[in-house]
Amino acid sequence: MEKSKYLEGVEKKDLFAHGHRACGGCGQALAARLVADAAGENTIACVATGCLEVFSSPYPDPAWRIPFLHSLFENAAAVASGVEAAYKALGKGPVNIIAQGGDGSTADIGFQSISGMFERGHNVLYVCYDNEAYMNTGVQRSSFTPYGARTTTTPMGNRTRKKNMPMIAADHGIPYVATATVDDFRDLQKKVQKALAIEGPKYVHILAPCPLGWGHHGELTVEVCRLAKDTGLFPIYEIVDGKITNVRKIPVKVPVEEYLKVQGRFKHLFKRGVPSEEVAEIQEIANQNIERFNL
Amino acid sequence: MLKQIEGSYAVAQVVAHCRPNVISAYPITPQTHIVEGLADLVGEGQLQAEFVNVESEFSAASVVLGASAAGARAYTATTSQGLLLMSEVIYCIAGMRLPIVLTCANRAISAPLSIWNDQQDSMAVRDAGWIQLHAEDNQEASDLHIQAFKIAEQTFLPTMVCMDGFILTHAFEPVDIPEQKEVDDFLPTFKPRHIVDPRWPRGIGLFADPRFYMETRYILHRALEKSEETIKEVSADFAKVFGRESGGFIKTYKLEEADVAIVSMGSVVGTIKELIDQLEEEGKKVGLLQICCYRPFPRHEVYRALKDKMNIVVLEKCISLGRGGILASDVRWSFPRAEKKDRNISSFVAGLGGRNISIDDLQYMVEKVEKEPVEFEFLGLRKELIAERDM
Repeated sequence: MEKSKYLEGVEKKDLFAHGHRACGGCGQALAARLVADAAGENTIACVATGCLEVFSSPYPDPAWRIPFLHSLFENAAAVASGVEAAYKALGKGPVNIIAQGGDGSTADIGFQSISGMFERGHNVLYVCYDNEAYMNTGVQRSSFTPYGARTTTTPMGNRTRKKNMPMIAADHGIPYVATATVDDFRDLQKKVQKALAIEGPKYVHILAPCPLGWGHHGELTVEVCRLAKDTGLFPIYEIVDGKITNVRKIPVKVPVEEYLKVQGRFKHLFKRGVPSEEVAEIQEIANQNIERFNL
Repeated sequence: MLKQIEGSYAVAQVVAHCRPNVISAYPITPQTHIVEGLADLVGEGQLQAEFVNVESEFSAASVVLGASAAGARAYTATTSQGLLLMSEVIYCIAGMRLPIVLTCANRAISAPLSIWNDQQDSMAVRDAGWIQLHAEDNQEASDLHIQAFKIAEQTFLPTMVCMDGFILTHAFEPVDIPEQKEVDDFLPTFKPRHIVDPRWPRGIGLFADPRFYMETRYILHRALEKSEETIKEVSADFAKVFGRESGGFIKTYKLEEADVAIVSMGSVVGTIKELIDQLEEEGKKVGLLQICCYRPFPRHEVYRALKDKMNIVVLEKCISLGRGGILASDVRWSFPRAEKKDRNISSFVAGLGGRNISIDDLQYMVEKVEKEPVEFEFLGLRKELIAERDM
């Protein structure tokens, strides 16, 4: 692979350093590194309990080379609010404050504290690493688990659609919302930097595949992201001051089957290679996205 | 200068004089007037602070956690359900050694819902690693806040000032609120130990595997025990500078000569003292041991003060359901095993959910323990409301 082309313009500072304990092919570890390197040294990371926290912050050897603050599962946004308030009160800064959490701590247990942080208007970037289930505790369903996906608490497949967090974030009236995946380093880092340059609360939602929970090979993490985008299941866009913009057009639309078939969590949707009706439902979700965002 | 003022507003003014950088709170009765008072002072520009209006007590505690970890002097106030909702963060704050000050306007806990006073709420987090100071009246409640910031910041232990909801928070009493300069002279600027700052990148709140966790608990436990010296020192300094006794570990009233010793804490000690004076006129010798600092528990002081007392009665506004008196357990534990023999330590729970504790109730209690020790009793129960089938 032409390394130079793929990594061209990508910030690499190792602020989230090697030696952490993530699984091979972990989308979240890759995303966290891209976020830290995009933000730079003048950054404070307020991290929720979860995979990222566990694989990156065991005492006494954390992987972070920027200040790292963790306390609980559901309060990263509130803790970041407090850090920001302290910086204001003490006349310190400017500094990048990035609250970070997985989908559980973002969409479920920490939902309230994020809503509060958005609504109060803190100058904080919230980054959600979305791996579509509670991976740290062993792949249980979250409100980001997509329709049809098998988790340990939805053994027959999840029956609900994924909560639309970017839209919920945007409806708070915050100035910047973006989606990204770990297959496009430059796009992800550009969005983090753009967000940090804007005063006020920001939300960046990153699709971060979990090979263990999704049941795909570690080396397919980037490919799975590309398929999520090209099927229309994970639209890439920004919402600036309430307006959807910079929507990524899909070059060649891919049927959802191709995305589903590489992942063990959707295996039950194909009996002897024949797609079940759930696959049609998932294709419908992709079609709706394609229409809604004009992908 | 003495000022006729509501307890909550007195506390608000004193806290403002302590110059917190960040205040975050969520409204809950009977804490509201404290934070309203502070919001006014910030709004009027009398206090330079960030006042963060949050969406829950859980976030209030999390905001002050973040602020403190970033080097700010941080303050919050709550009560009852609010304190319980905070409880997860309360443990974290102590574990992370963040010297936050919290006012607990003591109130009962649901269900059934009750907005009235008892001390079940602060008791519910007694094991979290916070220093807990209990105020007798509004002067002490105010004074304790000045001390609390100093104690917390010297020991890196969060400190909770407990004041009885309504009985103190909503009571108008003359309170001497020190001048700003006096507080500034007494309370030095906060010098944080570890903060999140890009100039010195470090991790705060790392997780500890079984090789490390126990030691963190041991260190926290020892730090609480050792805070005894600081609490006493700060209280003694306070008395020297401000000319009145406030806080400390324990206080006594006519205890030396007493045949019956009452142990209690919070505002009810005012009523107890009145009873003691009344009984004295009748020739009865009853004394009081007031617990001013509940955590760390003043075990040695309690023992020293009570070692000659054979008839002790503990009166408290909280209960460990299925077990009995909580403070009573602490008092019983304060005596060496051999010295517990032949010593009567009675236990009464009273005033739950705002039930009034009258002088008559207290007199009944004293007369009862004069006759025989009481293992455990609810004082002032309305027996006509209780049916056997409900139990």
